[in-house]
Amino acid sequence: MNRASLQPSGLAWGSAFRPLTEVEIMTVKAIVGEKVGMTQIWDEDNNIVPVTVVKITPCRVVQIKSPETDGYSAIQVTTGNRDAGKLTRPEAGHFAKYGVAPGTELVELRLDDVSSYSVGQELTADLFAAGDLVDAVGTSKGKGFAGVMKRHNFAGQRATHGAHLVHRMPGSIGQCATPSRVFKGQRMAGHMGNERTTTQNLKIVQSDAEQNLIMVKGAVPGPKGGTVILQNAVKASA
Amino acid sequence: MNLTESIEQSQLRDDVPAFAPGDTVKVHVKVIEGTRERVQIFQGVVIARRGASIRESFTVRKLSFGVGVERTFPLHSPNIEKIEVVTRGDVRRAKLYYLRDRVGKSAKVKEKRY
Repeated sequence: MNRASLQPSGLAWGSAFRPLTEVEIMTVKAIVGEKVGMTQIWDEDNNIVPVTVVKITPCRVVQIKSPETDGYSAIQVTTGNRDAGKLTRPEAGHFAKYGVAPGTELVELRLDDVSSYSVGQELTADLFAAGDLVDAVGTSKGKGFAGVMKRHNFAGQRATHGAHLVHRMPGSIGQCATPSRVFKGQRMAGHMGNERTTTQNLKIVQSDAEQNLIMVKGAVPGPKGGTVILQNAVKASA
Repeated sequence: MNLTESIEQSQLRDDVPAFAPGDTVKVHVKVIEGTRERVQIFQGVVIARRGASIRESFTVRKLSFGVGVERTFPLHSPNIEKIEVVTRGDVRRAKLYYLRDRVGKSAKVKEKRY
């Protein structure tokens, strides 16, 4: 997106000016996989490249949502395989309606254009080629109730000079009689991790349609075995 | 074998000779100068081997003009043309970092007698 084109200066109001809310680059393609783990491989320049291996357990399109019927466009996919007898009745009905083999979970992928997809279609690793930039979406590892040093990278307090039981405390959280309250958004201790996290602009190092594996350079959020969505990078510089 | 291990297997070299800390080795390293590629030899005593699988590396120490020089190589690096074992050393440690504090004769590693 050309940032300069969003500035109305020098333009007659209403002529070439477009509203800022318009998002030009949106999700064009996406795939769901399972994080296998990290390793390293050698690239063609003999350098070490740290990679995360994402396995595409068969990723099947279950439902296609279009603006006419659902108000927005998306595809719903399922991954893996699940014993049909272990489904709940609503789940069984949903899979039976579209005639798709049941998988372990259902994930909705919001895409701009769904016309090229069909129900039952299998998405494979060759959706992305080596060199493509992707955003990886996953659920980060839960850290439980974490203090401010771990959660917000606070510096903590001194180890000596009379510091007593405050070594990892946040310190002051505000002023005195004015405003006599703590401002909203004050960073404090609390639950950390186990939330949807996106890592942007990761490069695809290799995509193997035969084994249905994608290797992404760098780390991807979540534990091994966690569900990962790979989608084309929204902030990729063209 | 899990998936990441099998990926690592495909990246490993199969021409790595058996060598251990204390051995003297010649490491033939590929060096790229501009567009030309040539091979440089780094000869010295292996003072450590660490890691496993594709992450395994080894450290070679030599004396260059009286100055100790150490170089750590990834064992499976494609940048290594070959590794030659010159002599086998007789040592009792896995890590020979004590050689750094020694000079002269005491910095030598005994050769293995069979």
